[in-house]
Order: sequence, then structure tokens, then C-alpha cells
Amino acid sequence: MEPIVKVEYLWHIYPTGNVTAVRDVSLEINKGEILGVIGQNGSGKTTLVKHFIGLLKPTKGKVFVSGLDTSKHLIQQMAVKVGYVYQNPNHQLFARTVQDELRFGPKNIGLTEEEIEERVAQAIEFFDLKNILDIHPYRISFPLRKLVGMASVYTMQPDVFILDEPTTGQDNVTTQTVYHLIRKLRDEGATVLCVAHDMILLAETVDRMLVMRNSELIMDATPREVFSDYEIMSSTHLTPPQITTLSLKLKEKHQKLDQTVLTIDEMVDKVKNLSNK
Amino acid sequence: MEEAKPIIEFNDLSFSYKSADNHYALKNINLKIYEGDYVALLGLNGAGKTTLQLCLNGVIPNSILGDFSGEVIVDGHDTFETPVRELAKIVGMVFDNPEFQLSQMSVGEEIALGLESLGYSYQEMVDTITEVLGIVGLSGLEERSPFGLSGGQQQRLSIASALAMRPKILVMDEPTSNVDPIGKEEIFQVAYDLNRKRNMTVIMAEHEVEVMAQFANLVVVMHDGEIVLQGTPEEVFSDVELLESLGLRMPQVAALGHSLEKQNLMNLGGKYPVKLDQAIETYGRLFE
Repeated sequence: MEPIVKVEYLWHIYPTGNVTAVRDVSLEINKGEILGVIGQNGSGKTTLVKHFIGLLKPTKGKVFVSGLDTSKHLIQQMAVKVGYVYQNPNHQLFARTVQDELRFGPKNIGLTEEEIEERVAQAIEFFDLKNILDIHPYRISFPLRKLVGMASVYTMQPDVFILDEPTTGQDNVTTQTVYHLIRKLRDEGATVLCVAHDMILLAETVDRMLVMRNSELIMDATPREVFSDYEIMSSTHLTPPQITTLSLKLKEKHQKLDQTVLTIDEMVDKVKNLSNK
Repeated sequence: MEEAKPIIEFNDLSFSYKSADNHYALKNINLKIYEGDYVALLGLNGAGKTTLQLCLNGVIPNSILGDFSGEVIVDGHDTFETPVRELAKIVGMVFDNPEFQLSQMSVGEEIALGLESLGYSYQEMVDTITEVLGIVGLSGLEERSPFGLSGGQQQRLSIASALAMRPKILVMDEPTSNVDPIGKEEIFQVAYDLNRKRNMTVIMAEHEVEVMAQFANLVVVMHDGEIVLQGTPEEVFSDVELLESLGLRMPQVAALGHSLEKQNLMNLGGKYPVKLDQAIETYGRLFE
């Protein structure tokens, strides 16, 4: 099967100041994969994913999404295939009410009134927005505004869903909404890229992680492999979830723990298996 | 032995914002904080954490009007009767978005801004700026633009500006929510050093419970304007049912203890490890 995202020898050099933000990155993403993209600010994560929706064009190399060469297609054409939820919702939202914001995308791609209504209703239900529909997006709290940003992309039902730091500033309850969103998108067969510093979120939701450092893709592996790689983690100043660090420390001392653990449930299972033996 | 006097006392404090018809942002708050405490304020967005913090520097009730009852005593001053500019010398504030706090052309001027109101001489200002930049690890950046700094550096500059006023208390409202992991580490480290090495009282609202369990000696949990739980990290994070019902997270190592106990895989007597070191010791026994 053809990969849904294909990146070939991508370079991106920002014209101002000749900063190389992405250096010679190649990768393929298959339909339905759930990926995390990690690295410090300035490591090139956001620059990389902005190529997938055509917001940035390659300086060198090629990017294909759903078979389309992103350098040859307008962002309006890409927007049907790829949804990008900005880290800062202020860069994304512009309508006068939350309701208008949600209707804008589906209306713009020419859906019937009935289809628009249905998609908007689904988004309102999923993100629990019914109480703020008539409010200006800038008059609601920042975390809630981010959820509106996600909801407005959700109404577009894109093949590829890109989330940039979805849980920043969220509390535990709204963070759970993000978890549910990713799991629901997985069930619906969407491809999800999640740019995030929130390692607990990634440990619980993604199958694969791309690690960026100084504009380069330095590792492309499962979260278990990435979190177990001490050199990679310390050189990127990233800390695995506490439960994962616990398992790494216990593994050093006790051979009975045979695997790096990603979630609390996994750790409970390890203990259960031991006591059953 | 004479009992130590709290540096901060909330006595039956209730407050409602003027615009919020009868909805109380804070209800019957009673809380004592002692000098050198590191207090973690936990709660969902909207629980009242920021409102509580704004009572410490007197912005509530002196600048933000509303219905205020009870009292807040900060270092012996009743905040209701003390001008905000006086309280600013006792309580330093750092907010979640450093860009809202920064306004000047250079890092040095940013810090000097607060000092001008104290009537410092030029030399005293320069010395203070050098000192506080040293404390937060930004030495030598006096001439740089605050807006060219990384998020973590900007937030440390906000801390330096607060420190320049020589406060006894540092109040931080989700100081790491807009910075990357390196920045987070830097900010937590600075707050930790100020608390442990300089005995500064730190009050931090923060969602990173693992870090708070490591550093704080007092955890205060807020919900819908009330303090619903307070105690040591060990006490608070053992009350799993309450935290879960409020939609709050606890450190993963504590949640593990609760899950193991619930499934009869380990008996911990309802007291869970909250720090990594404790957890390695406690759970190591399972794998021997």
C-alpha cells in the first residue's frame, strides 16, 4: 500500500537568516498510524509537520500526502486531506462565534447544509461545546479555545490529523478529551501526528515516535524503544513518564522485570503475571 | 516551645468577582503557610487557584473589586489595609505567560522597572540586577531584548524581576505551562534553589503533579472555590478516591500503588509512594 505521507530528503531553510530548520529528513507514514513527534523547541518538529499540509514548501526534497506533491498543490487543496490544529489557537480561530467557527470549514468545502449540521453537531457533542456556541472564541479560556481549534478541524474529517501541543495549558479533565480524541481518530482509521512534550499522553496513545534534534530526525521507533534509549532521551532533555522511569530503574536491579513499561496498567500486568507464576 | 507564626494566614476568606452575580470564586478559605514552605496548589482550571494567589499581593481586594469577607494576613499585614505597592515588596508574582509580564527594551531595564519605585540609586540598581540575574542563571544578558529569549529564559527573567524587590514569598501561577522541557527543568530548579537555599516561601499552582510531589511539603487541593484537601504529598496523594472524583491526576507511582492494592497484588495500607526514590524501594520488593 502507498504510504499516506512520504517525505524524501526534505530540507527546509528559512530565508531569514539562513536557518536550516529541517535537514535531510526522509520518512514514510502509513494510513492509520498514530505518531508522536518530539524534541525541544527549535528542533524542527513544527517546521517538519507544517510541510504535510503545505503551509511550508520544501527548500529541497519532496513531500507527498495522499499522493499529492505538496509543493504543487495549494493549501486549500491540501486542507481537505490534512487538518492542522495550531499550538496557539489564536493563530487558527477567526470567526465571530464558536458555532460559526465550526461551520466554516465544512461549508467552505461545499458540503450540503444537512452534512454541515451533522458534522458540527458531532463536534459539539464530542468536545462538549454546547454551552459556548454563541460566544466569541477570544472570550473563552485558552484551554477551551484550544478544544474549539481541535473541534473545527474535526469537522473537516481529514485523512491526516496533526495536533501541535494539544495538552499545553489543559488540566486533567480536558487532557482526557484529547486522549479520547486520539483514540477515536484511531478507531476511525485516521492517521494522527501529535507534536508534544507531554510524554504521558504519547506513552498512552502513539505507536511510533519521531525524535527531532538540531533539525535532524535522529530516531524513528516505538515509544518503548525511544524511552529506553538513555542517550537519546538525555541529549534531547526529554524525560519519560514517571512510570517508565520507574520500570527502567527496576529493570537495572531486577531481572524479573523484563520490559520497559509505558503505562500504569502495563506495570500492574507485569506484577500480576509474576504473582501468577 | 513557642509555636512559629505563619507567614501567610487565610481566615474564613470568601470572594466573588463584581461581575459574577453571587458566584463565589473563593469560599471559606482557611490556610496557614509557614516561612520556608513550598506549597503546591492543585485543581482544575477554574478551581480558584489564580484568584487565591491574587489575594496574596493584595490585588484582590484592592485593585480587583468584589465581595470580600474574612481576612488574609501576609507577613503580619492585613492585605485589606495594606497598599499593593507595600505588599509587592513582600510577595513576588510570576504568571503563566511571561510575555504578558515583559514590556521593556532590555533584560536589565525589565528588572529596573520595579526598582525605580523603590528609590534605588543607579549603583544599587546595577548591583541588584547583576545579583538577581545570577540567581536565575541569566548573568550577562542585561543588554538582550526580553523578546529574543527562550520561553524558559523569559520566565526566569520574570522570576528575577520579582526577586529584585527582595520578597519573602514567591507566588507562581503555572510558570511552566508555556515552556518546553528544558525550560521547565530550569524553572523548577530555580524555584527549588530559592526555597531550599534561601528559605523563600514558594506557592506554585501547577499541573505537573510528579514534580510537585518531589518538591512541595504542603499540597493544597482546590475545587470550585474551596480547599477540599491539604496535607503532605504523602497524605494528599493517598486520597485517591477524592482526587479521582475531582478529575485530578496523582503522581504515576502513587496511582500504581492504588491499582496494585485494589487488585490485591500488594498491601500498602493505603499509603502510596509519591516520589521516584520511594517507589523504586517499595515496588522493588515485588521483583525480588
